[in-house]
Amino acid sequence: MIGGIGYGGLVIALVTTLTAVITSLCGGRSRSAALIETARRAALITFPVLSLSILALLYLLASGRFEYSYVYQTTDLSMPLYLKLAALWGGQEGSLLFWCWLLAGFTFSVVARRWKTEVDLLPWVIAATSFTLLFFIILVLFFENPFSRYFITLDGIIKRAFFPPAMSILAKPTDGAGLNPLLRHFGMIIHPPALYLGFTGFVIPFAFAFAALVSGRTDDHWLKITRKWSLLAWLFLSLGLVLGSRWAYDVLGWGGYWGWDPVEISALMPWLTGTAYLHSAITQEKRRLFQHWNIALIVLTFCLVILGTFLTRSGMLSSVHAFSQSAIGPAFFVFIILMFSISFGLLLHRWSALRSENQIHSVFSRESAFLFNNLLFTALLLICLTGVLFPIFSELLTGQKVTVGPPFYESATAPLFGLLLLLMAIVPLTMWGVSTSRNLGRHLWKSALAALAVPLIVFLAGVRNWFALLAVWLVTLAIFTTVLDTYRTVTLRASNRQEPVRQAFGTLVRRFSRRYGGYLIHIGVALMALGIIGIEFFQTTTQGMLAAGETLSLSGYTFTYEKLEVTDNADGRNSARASVMIKRDNRELKRVFPGSDTYYVSQQSVTLPGVRSTLVDDLYVILVDWQPISSEGATFKIYRNPLINWLWIGSGVLVFGTLVALWPTTRRKNIPRTHQEEK
Amino acid sequence: MNKSPRAVEPHPRFKINKFAIGGVLLLAAVVLLVVTSLKGNAQYYLTVEELASGKGVNNANVRVSGVVLGDTIQYDPQTLDLTFTIAHIPGDNREIEAGGGLANVLHNASLDPQAARLKVRYNGVMPDLLKNEAQAILTGAMGDDGVFNAEELLLKCPSRYEAEVPAQAVP
Repeated sequence: MIGGIGYGGLVIALVTTLTAVITSLCGGRSRSAALIETARRAALITFPVLSLSILALLYLLASGRFEYSYVYQTTDLSMPLYLKLAALWGGQEGSLLFWCWLLAGFTFSVVARRWKTEVDLLPWVIAATSFTLLFFIILVLFFENPFSRYFITLDGIIKRAFFPPAMSILAKPTDGAGLNPLLRHFGMIIHPPALYLGFTGFVIPFAFAFAALVSGRTDDHWLKITRKWSLLAWLFLSLGLVLGSRWAYDVLGWGGYWGWDPVEISALMPWLTGTAYLHSAITQEKRRLFQHWNIALIVLTFCLVILGTFLTRSGMLSSVHAFSQSAIGPAFFVFIILMFSISFGLLLHRWSALRSENQIHSVFSRESAFLFNNLLFTALLLICLTGVLFPIFSELLTGQKVTVGPPFYESATAPLFGLLLLLMAIVPLTMWGVSTSRNLGRHLWKSALAALAVPLIVFLAGVRNWFALLAVWLVTLAIFTTVLDTYRTVTLRASNRQEPVRQAFGTLVRRFSRRYGGYLIHIGVALMALGIIGIEFFQTTTQGMLAAGETLSLSGYTFTYEKLEVTDNADGRNSARASVMIKRDNRELKRVFPGSDTYYVSQQSVTLPGVRSTLVDDLYVILVDWQPISSEGATFKIYRNPLINWLWIGSGVLVFGTLVALWPTTRRKNIPRTHQEEK
Repeated sequence: MNKSPRAVEPHPRFKINKFAIGGVLLLAAVVLLVVTSLKGNAQYYLTVEELASGKGVNNANVRVSGVVLGDTIQYDPQTLDLTFTIAHIPGDNREIEAGGGLANVLHNASLDPQAARLKVRYNGVMPDLLKNEAQAILTGAMGDDGVFNAEELLLKCPSRYEAEVPAQAVP
């Protein structure tokens, strides 16, 4: 019954979305207000209808209806309620349905807004979002149905279907297979929805760009409307990436945060183009440059979003993210090619209408810095694409699959990330329009010299790794110039207007929230870079088997193994917890409890590191092995990860900065809105 | 808008060329970066059968995928020396699909006594996912003794994640 509601919701959503696609296309062509209104209503109704499907699936998951294959595969009786609900995105079918629902939600809120002068974009926006949604609803309904059940036929074969096959009875398992214990982590519970919000969020700016191309409204309108959308999508995508990284650090048990895994990269690629787009969109708004490039970037981001969903879902690449091989690969491929060709065809068609009215006059101007930024992000994208597609192409060309691993990505991207840091350091010193090398150089060399202080201290502290020193210098410089520029502007305003500094700062941030939000994001990124420098260059490690009371030492710390406790828990876990005292100079710092949980049903064990985390370093203790009966000996592996906490702190600053940039700008009331919007 | 006083540019051709040259140089630099990074880090992705037939034996950097045989896992917690054996699974996606999906292929390969096998040696923490019928993707090189020295272990358990059919189904 409940499953029927869910399935019915999907069928109705298929009909309404198809209606929206057809009526919006016809209405857009014939400029018929009635047809467009029909399309609008069809697009609006899809969201509540899909919500019904989501609620139905959530109900099935929560109530343990194991005759539904999806419920069986992702939950079991011993799981707490919040995990049962989070199983909505724990497997293929559910997460695709979730994807549809999010996209329908975004479409709903964009279509429900008040449409004024830009109403000629409306039908094409509906067409683009609904067509994408249609594709995913078809996938869910016909290939990956979360509402299919198990049936046993007379000859004892178990089949998965929604409608009962002939001569069969419903099979109801007494318990489910349960969510993989490795996924039972806070970061993993909100990582997929954040990532999916980012993915689906980028469909909206794409739809507007598409609408601009079809309707011929090739001014900056589409860009301005979607400014907040792109930023919001980017925020979620960034959050999703960071949360995944945090999950890897906490759960996967080797203290790693990023493994250049194909699935990680496929989520990184739309982030790269999305970040480039955020920058070049500013350039178009300020200087009317890069019109073609912006459309190309947002189309590319959209295609990479679909590709990312496809790569994570098709099992085409070898990856730690284990998903089943699936038949939906070719469908994705066709969809991406179709959207790509239509969009780029339209872009070529409107090429001359999109001509820039302006050009870059100086290599040292801010728009030029934004151009370099875009080139660097594009180069990073090319590296990622090369790495991901290399196995496929090498097999096609030579018959031998050749893959590349993390060392390839590290050596290829490191110089570019360094250049991006440098660019972040330079950009606050540049100006829009004109700028000369002398002007820029005069500001830069003083800052560059001042920023040398930090690597010098690090050098005197005994570090002789030149790459690390260079990286530290770049991070310092980026933060220094950003803070300095803010300080100068604030004090200038305060002295000009006889205002208290605090008030001047508040007013500036409110009025130029994008700029200072952007600055905060840059500082966040620089701090993240600091964390990465710490763990990449200065990680130390030791391991050993200890009897109770024995000690290991690492980088000035000592680790004393005290005891081990093994307990059986009511929720189907067997837990082992060692207690280890961390000391430095005979001073007790913290007692940590590294351990391991073994889940009986799945026979899956999960390593739980004991971590002492400070701003200076993380001490990451892993219980590798132990003797179950006597508590004689246990083996530990210990990592010291310097500065890693700055990676998470920087991420927090980045998120906060994005929120600042998203905050509505206060304008002075007596100044009319920009001329463009009056037109 | 904020038209700058220098908006009238006397040498537009020159400017375009400067940016074009810059772009080409940057592209060349990126290509060079990719190529040099590829050279040192490309890994042959082989199946156990290919490796057993002598392919890639002299290669310092090989990637091999197979199914873990649970009974063969041996771990010495003192030295962190880990050894286990993997059995051949096809490397081709189409072959895997034809074999009834990855979970089935892994299951059948682990039971097939005819499947080519490879002994693996690794030093480090034993991964939680290392167990019977897990798919192992190993990076490393063949040793002289015919044992594969793995530098890196990557493990997947698709059978756990998406069981096709419930084992304890009751009508």
